[in-house]
Amino acid sequence: MGKTLSVSHPADGQTIIQIDHLWSQFGTFVVHQDLSLTIRQGDIVSLVGGSGSGKTTLLRQILGLDTPARGQVRVFGTNVAESGADALQAIRNRWGMLFQHGALFSALSAFDNVAQPMRELGTLPEDLIRDAVLLKLYMVDIKPAEAMKMPADLSGGMVKRVALARALALEPELLFLDEPTAGLDPNLSDSFVELIRSLHREMRLTVVIVTHDLDTLFALSTQVAVLADKRVIAMGPPADVMRVEHPFIEQFFRGARGLRAQEGLTNHAVSN
Amino acid sequence: MLNPEPPRLVLTDSAPLSIIASGNWQVRSFVPPGVIAHTAAALKAIAVPATAHWDLSQITGLDHIGAQLLWNAWGKQRPPGLVLASHHEDIFRRLEQAGKLTVPPETEARWLSAAFVADITDTAFDHLNGFIALIGQLVMDIGQFVRHPLRGPWKELSANIYHAGFQALGITAIVGFLIGVVLSYLSAQQLHTFGGDVYIVNILGMSIIRELGPLLAAILVAGRSGSSITAQLGVMRVTEELDAMLVMGLPHGFRLIMPKVIALAIAMPLLVIWTDAMALLGGMTAAKLELSLSPIYFLQSLPDAVPLANYWIGLGKGVVFGGLIALVACHFGLRIKPNTESLGHGTTTSVVSAITIVILADAVFAIVFSDVGF
Repeated sequence: MGKTLSVSHPADGQTIIQIDHLWSQFGTFVVHQDLSLTIRQGDIVSLVGGSGSGKTTLLRQILGLDTPARGQVRVFGTNVAESGADALQAIRNRWGMLFQHGALFSALSAFDNVAQPMRELGTLPEDLIRDAVLLKLYMVDIKPAEAMKMPADLSGGMVKRVALARALALEPELLFLDEPTAGLDPNLSDSFVELIRSLHREMRLTVVIVTHDLDTLFALSTQVAVLADKRVIAMGPPADVMRVEHPFIEQFFRGARGLRAQEGLTNHAVSN
Repeated sequence: MLNPEPPRLVLTDSAPLSIIASGNWQVRSFVPPGVIAHTAAALKAIAVPATAHWDLSQITGLDHIGAQLLWNAWGKQRPPGLVLASHHEDIFRRLEQAGKLTVPPETEARWLSAAFVADITDTAFDHLNGFIALIGQLVMDIGQFVRHPLRGPWKELSANIYHAGFQALGITAIVGFLIGVVLSYLSAQQLHTFGGDVYIVNILGMSIIRELGPLLAAILVAGRSGSSITAQLGVMRVTEELDAMLVMGLPHGFRLIMPKVIALAIAMPLLVIWTDAMALLGGMTAAKLELSLSPIYFLQSLPDAVPLANYWIGLGKGVVFGGLIALVACHFGLRIKPNTESLGHGTTTSVVSAITIVILADAVFAIVFSDVGF
């Protein structure tokens, strides 16, 4: 599956995210030790690791929410920790982030949440924004009747989908998804995977996913990066990463759940 | 990539009429000022006949917002002779599938309509009901506490006394002292004109111990502890902690509200004494500077100037004000809905209502005890 995706975009390969010799620590507790990672355009990278292995910390450092103790993070060639406001705003308009719990603005309706990034640009006319927002909500299967509800009145799965619509509002080139399918039912999970895949195909999206869901991981990722022992111990296509000898990989991919997910994948491939 | 080619439209005169779109039609191409207006004007000016052929194959980048712009110009349907790159096909298919999406009309609330008035009355009754229920619950909880004192929420009680009482000592001291100074200066000037310098003790003693001390402490506590209680309960609602407590069988009334009310009812009279002392100290200092009235004389004549009943009234006010502030704060805290706007609104309303209710209660005290302590 990974192959077909990369074949359709011969121009892929430009570096989007570059992490060099990154260290992070909380007090005396070292989370990342000399961690390096490169993510190229068009890749769908799944970031996996045990709990407490620093996946979320790494994601926050890439987004510029936290500053690493040492080392640097470059996104689109810009150092996120040290750039000026204009440079940062330029890259912020090019990425979208889906937070684990949605992080919708609770004072705004679902519609206004998605419209917010578009209105912030200051140039789009309101009728175009209205159509664009409704289309985004349609893409994540939220009906116009539900668009005017406040986040508090939406179910957990709907919050997540509205949050995805908001992350996609400005058609980002780089999308971060933190546990995108946690809390979604299997049907929604599948349509979510399908949506990401088709966006990836149309817009050469680069996607970074933090996930524990093996089904999503196998269905989407072109690359898997495994965080363990305070660094990236393996990075590559899922099939290659699985063969790496390491206790965490052993337990994560080859446990009962992992085998089940892969089985599902092969059946899926055969039926196609 | 950072400076994409702007979107462009070219009209060819060949038959059938065809329009070639080129350039970048992604949202960031529309960010520079004027681009969107220019493009929209161009789309309008073309005045497309339905038979025109559109050629989008030369577009270098397209996203849903750019596509939406074209789609709207086409009257939300696919033109017959549309040529586009294969990887853009999905975007237009999605637009087509989505069909016409419209926002449901909003129901506007009108001022002074029957519904509006009914709404206000409903809310008022709702608040009254809720407050009475809260007091009823509190009485039952206190009953339970008295019957089984060992099983009471002692830890919460002591934590609340510490937060609402001990931590408020600094601010009440500063404000009390300064108000004492101000009052003393103001009265000293007036009294000096009439040669009644010694009456400064009566004026300061009566006004501070009977009125200003309790009121100042109450207003400060309403701002400090009232807002924090409301915000705390509100956030507990947002994070579902209130629901978690109920599920575990920890009633809100007994574990949250009663300890806060009792804690404030205990801490407030103590704060009143503290504020009284500080304000009198301030007044005494100013009297020494302004009227050269010795502090020893001030302290000696204070018991004669202010009958003991006034202390008791002040302390009683402290207990009542403390309980009222906690009750009002809990009332509004429990009504907060799980969103940020409601949290901010609820906290404001809580503090404003608490201060208003405290002043109302003070007026009641003034009327009821009008014959006592003079």
